[in-house]
Amino acid sequence: MKVTSPAFKENATAAIHDTQLQKALGNVETGFVAKRKKGAASLPEFEALRDSARDLKIHVLKHLDLYLEAYERKVIASGGHVHWAETAEDARRIVTDICRRLGAKTVTKGKSMITEEIALNDHLEAQGIRPVETDLGEYIIQLRGEHPSHIIAPAVHLTKEQVAGDFRRVHEHLAVDRDLSEPVTLLSEARAVLREQFLAADVGITGANFLVAETGTSIIVTNEGNGDLTQTLPKAHVVLASIEKIVPTLEDVDTLMRVLARSATGQEMSVYTTFSTGPRRADDPDGPGEYHVVLLDNGRSAMLGTEFEDMLRCIRCGACMNHCPVYQQIGGHAYGWVYPGPMGAVLTPTLVGIEQTGHLPNASTFCGRCESVCPMRIPLPRMMRAWRAREWEKALNPGTQRFGLGLWAFLARRPGLYRLAARIGRWGLATLSGGRGRVARLPLGDGWTKHRDMPAPEGGTFMDRWKAGERP
Amino acid sequence: MNARDSILSKIRRSRLSSPDDSARRATVTERLRSHPAGIVPARGAVEGEARIALFVEKAEAVFASVARVASSAEVPGAVAAYLRSKNLPQAIRRGEDPRLAALPFDTEPQLAVSVGPSDGHDLAGLSQALAGVAETGTVVLTSGRDNPTTLNFLPEHHLVVVSAEDLVGDYETVWAKVRSIWGAGSMPRALNMITGPSRSGDIEQTMLLGAHGPRSLHLIVVGG
Ligand code: SF4
Repeated sequence: MKVTSPAFKENATAAIHDTQLQKALGNVETGFVAKRKKGAASLPEFEALRDSARDLKIHVLKHLDLYLEAYERKVIASGGHVHWAETAEDARRIVTDICRRLGAKTVTKGKSMITEEIALNDHLEAQGIRPVETDLGEYIIQLRGEHPSHIIAPAVHLTKEQVAGDFRRVHEHLAVDRDLSEPVTLLSEARAVLREQFLAADVGITGANFLVAETGTSIIVTNEGNGDLTQTLPKAHVVLASIEKIVPTLEDVDTLMRVLARSATGQEMSVYTTFSTGPRRADDPDGPGEYHVVLLDNGRSAMLGTEFEDMLRCIRCGACMNHCPVYQQIGGHAYGWVYPGPMGAVLTPTLVGIEQTGHLPNASTFCGRCESVCPMRIPLPRMMRAWRAREWEKALNPGTQRFGLGLWAFLARRPGLYRLAARIGRWGLATLSGGRGRVARLPLGDGWTKHRDMPAPEGGTFMDRWKAGERP
Repeated sequence: MNARDSILSKIRRSRLSSPDDSARRATVTERLRSHPAGIVPARGAVEGEARIALFVEKAEAVFASVARVASSAEVPGAVAAYLRSKNLPQAIRRGEDPRLAALPFDTEPQLAVSVGPSDGHDLAGLSQALAGVAETGTVVLTSGRDNPTTLNFLPEHHLVVVSAEDLVGDYETVWAKVRSIWGAGSMPRALNMITGPSRSGDIEQTMLLGAHGPRSLHLIVVGG
């Protein structure tokens, strides 16, 4: 997927003025936030489970190489194949080779952010293989030639009217005057259209929420059942998973299951949690004849041992973006790559480089809501700050910003001058406000005052007041 | 170096503080062997009628329907009654599970019972659950001839028989059972945890039942 993060500011401005998008985004705040709150409240042990989920993943990352080896042995013992991919390109090649060998024409896909990360669909199409997204949200955006705007609700940026328009355009074989005014009719139509695709597919590709070292099992968590039809009906099931999805045992899966759905959609449990181990067995009347796992690194091993290691605990629940005031205003596309919101602001620079994505860790108010809801207790604000520091070291931020911060640093190291400057600033702002208590236009600061007034300072500077004995 | 060794050695370099790896190895081996349980919610620690009641409450909360019958002899009647209530033809497809095979279907002469995996043309499928989990109203199904996986997903209506003695409080108890049947470190090809009928919230966050999997999930709890 093309990285459009350098145009973040323009993307964000366009998003704020897009009325359809703003209408759709209203559902994020009212929907997900309230649901997560209810989900968390449903279980007295929820906060304690978050602690143990965090500790579990810290343990896994400390022993990641060993758990990967144990997992691989188990997959092979159950008749499956493990492929290792260092880069997106390697992973694409491995998947196309499997499809080619099986003469695949149609490939069904369960929802998988990893396949977005490696831009698998474009690649398959270029090879003459037709990928069909089967998650309802993914299917809709595939029809539109778009990318997901949310990691668990890919079409959250669309209204039902937009979806109805797409279905009329694409499902040409259906009656033109059919009623598509309600979500339920849209769902039934998609179900019928996709049912044929499930039965026709040669290969099914899914992601994995977890990989279990104890048993060589891959796990998908879905609500629609599309992932299960994707992996059960075709000749081969290909699982694409990044290396940090490993958990040691089935009991460890329990801990993560108990926080995942509650954080994501507020459900106590998603509808389908499916544990897959190897291909069809001797006495199996159904299931895929071949079972492949592609383990993707794509920059993750390089995060280990750095200040970004904690990001590898992420279980992709989406809570951080649902609760992010920036995401709620601009949606996912403005972030310009696969992973939006706070988790994307940390992850995207590690995967595609800070040079192109410097705006993302800056697109934060540092309100800390993301960290406060993250089931894995990932210190997202701390890591965004770490990216800002790196950006500064590499001198990637704009000249005016560097000049301003440089000036501030110069003053901060000279307390006498600093106090003087603060007094002048206070006096200047008070004068500009003309006694109205607010400043409507600020020289050099109209980026701020264009949209709101600046409150004028009242009383002396903080330091003067402190000295005078004023205490909060 | 191939991709596998390259990835593993990159990870190892960042993980090793000394060349002696034996402590890390011992930790991993021990955890995989002993599979310690984490925090198990207290909610599931109930027995007998209270456990059944919790299972029913949680299953109904996620829009599954539940029927309770006193013995397996009453299951065919419960199946027929469900199909009638939904205006469906009296036909159902099941796997070879001996407990399903032993049901006295002749008490329902109208009911046509076929056996085997689904090819997508069945309106209703019948499965026997390995377990039901009271914690979240979840049923656990395992693949094989006894209960083909396609029956869980292709029919519009999925009926699942759960024996009261197979109801457990939490997922941890399910794993103990899986290990006792398939052996430590092994799993059936597919194990499905199913919590309510299929649903989607992808259009404007409106929750709708019946996405790609069954539109309804009907649980028949036997005994207790
Ligand atoms: S960073 Fe945390 S809240 Fe965000 S998606 Fe990952 S696990 Fe969920």
